[in-house]
Amino acid sequence: MEENLLEIEDLSVHFHTPEGIGRAVDHVSLSIAKGETLGLVGESGCGKSVTSLSILGLIPSPPGRIHSGHIYFDGKDLRSMGENALRHVRGRDISMIFQEPMTSLNPVLPIGRQVAEPLMVHHRISRQAALEEAVQWLNRVKIPAPEKRLHEYPHQLSGGMRQRVMIAMAMVCRPRLLIADEPTTALDVSIQSQILSLMEGLRHETGMSLLLITHDLGVVAQMAKRVVVMYAGQVVEVAGLQDLFERPFHPYTQGLLKSIPRLGSRAAGKKERLKEIKGTVPSLLDPVSGCKFADRCPRVFDVCRERQPELEAIRDGQQARCWKTQFSERSGRYA
Amino acid sequence: MPEHTLLEVTDLVKHFPVGGGLLSKPTSWVKAVDGVSFHVAKGESFGLVGESGCGKTTLGRLVMRLLDPTAGTVKLDGKDITHLSRSALRPLRQQMQIIFQDPFSSLDPRMKVEAIVTEPLRAYDRIPRGQRREKAVALLEKVGLRAGDMDKYPHEFSGGQRQRIGIARSLCVRPKLIVADEPVSALDVSIQAQVINLLDDLRVEFGLSYVFISHDLSVVEYMCDRIAVMYLGGIVETAPADVFSVNSRHPYTRALLAAVPLPDPQGQVPPAPLDGDVPSPIDPPAGCAFHTRCPYVHERCRIERPVLAKTGERHWVACWLNAGAGFSV
Repeated sequence: MEENLLEIEDLSVHFHTPEGIGRAVDHVSLSIAKGETLGLVGESGCGKSVTSLSILGLIPSPPGRIHSGHIYFDGKDLRSMGENALRHVRGRDISMIFQEPMTSLNPVLPIGRQVAEPLMVHHRISRQAALEEAVQWLNRVKIPAPEKRLHEYPHQLSGGMRQRVMIAMAMVCRPRLLIADEPTTALDVSIQSQILSLMEGLRHETGMSLLLITHDLGVVAQMAKRVVVMYAGQVVEVAGLQDLFERPFHPYTQGLLKSIPRLGSRAAGKKERLKEIKGTVPSLLDPVSGCKFADRCPRVFDVCRERQPELEAIRDGQQARCWKTQFSERSGRYA
Repeated sequence: MPEHTLLEVTDLVKHFPVGGGLLSKPTSWVKAVDGVSFHVAKGESFGLVGESGCGKTTLGRLVMRLLDPTAGTVKLDGKDITHLSRSALRPLRQQMQIIFQDPFSSLDPRMKVEAIVTEPLRAYDRIPRGQRREKAVALLEKVGLRAGDMDKYPHEFSGGQRQRIGIARSLCVRPKLIVADEPVSALDVSIQAQVINLLDDLRVEFGLSYVFISHDLSVVEYMCDRIAVMYLGGIVETAPADVFSVNSRHPYTRALLAAVPLPDPQGQVPPAPLDGDVPSPIDPPAGCAFHTRCPYVHERCRIERPVLAKTGERHWVACWLNAGAGFSV
């Protein structure tokens, strides 16, 4: 077993709203090994972003609050750290890039300053030295003429360029964990592919771990070796990439894989009707007694509506939260 | 041209002014759509793909006459609608409707679902009120909502359900043509399939033609009969859906296809197929608009703009490679 860099144990995050308590993250556990790329997949509202924000203590509070659980980074419990200590972790050991680079960059600061800032804060080096380092990083993320760009503002850059700046900013202190929350969702496909290969190259080169949060199964297939699937605040399946695509166990995972149109299927002469997952995601406000997917599940049993299943092992490296694990089809060949 | 052409667009151009003010002239022009021709047959689903800023949305709006073209013509069912006045256009608007990307901003939050869905009927004032309600119920059920939803407000629905309301609204006047501008892009994966299937069923049931605008190649390939690829305001290729993914011939189309991450664990990160960004549409490159990024660029591409040439059954490409036949596979 490789050493885990990050371990989240039984994390619950609640949002206190006038309508009630929203259980955005509900007893989530996951781990990332050193140098590993973990894909975190799910639809909007499934808790994938909230999980990642709680790692760095960035949950907006109020209304949000970490209700219970532990987050260990390199053996240290991040939750018991004070704000000051946590500030030293953010941007130095763990950094983050977001979906929308325009809203995560400061519009009134030149990009050079923004890329250099983490170095000045964490390594206490002079502005001049930090800017020189920033130029090198802008160069590494393939921003043309970085010396000139240093003085430009975010609005002068295209979306793809801004995301490169974000990556340079996140990488400049050589973090050991990079959290990328939908890093390419706002970008066009040709730019997406540039950014993905840039991130993969940097991970390979620096040996950092990558937590890649996305709703796009194509992006996961290209980048991750192991995948965690979330639904309505819970982890419903954990699997190696191969297993996830070839023998998904949870009916939700199976449904997701069948519901996406595959490029090239028309050329193969078939246009099969997409298999939709009926219904919609349950509200996080209503406490569900049984499985949260029960109302949409094509394989629902009586027990599914009564008691919540636990995350159970199916085979080496694959787990699912489904009552099916307790019954027959352990082979995973559930049609 | 097939005989049952519903929509015919010829040499359409739209330039937007940049800068300038009330009394001063614009300093330059954004060439959002720059000489586009295509046609859509009755019952056909025609896809427009391209990256942001390629002009696909502007083109959709020009077709609907929500924008006035700078030059060129739009013909609906044989009738030239390019220069019709607002009042002359009004009855024709029933024949073409639009579905928008964002199901949150395209529905009036203060209107009930019944009012939203029947608004086009009221605009054309064709049937009495009681019948309008009946019709709204029928439409809601058609798109998978319930009669009980009639008196709710948009905020009570999820994104997928709101998109269904938008679809019901567009169907209410029995249009022949629907321009769907990224209708599933804002939806989650599991909901996206529901709406795609719904649009597919409605096309058959009502004999609709679609102009389906999207940046998602997999969705467009699935939904459409024919696909046009746009780059910097122009169509670079149109191909039937069943050859699109394997036999497309424009280097830009090939690059786009190569960039799509496939949901297949065997796929590795491909080398970035295209370097750089799309040039500014204010000052597009001379000759072929793609020549600044094209791996196969040669002298002629920098000087002369290629026109669409036929390379196969319903397959056209604008590229100087192989004497105008484009990249061959």
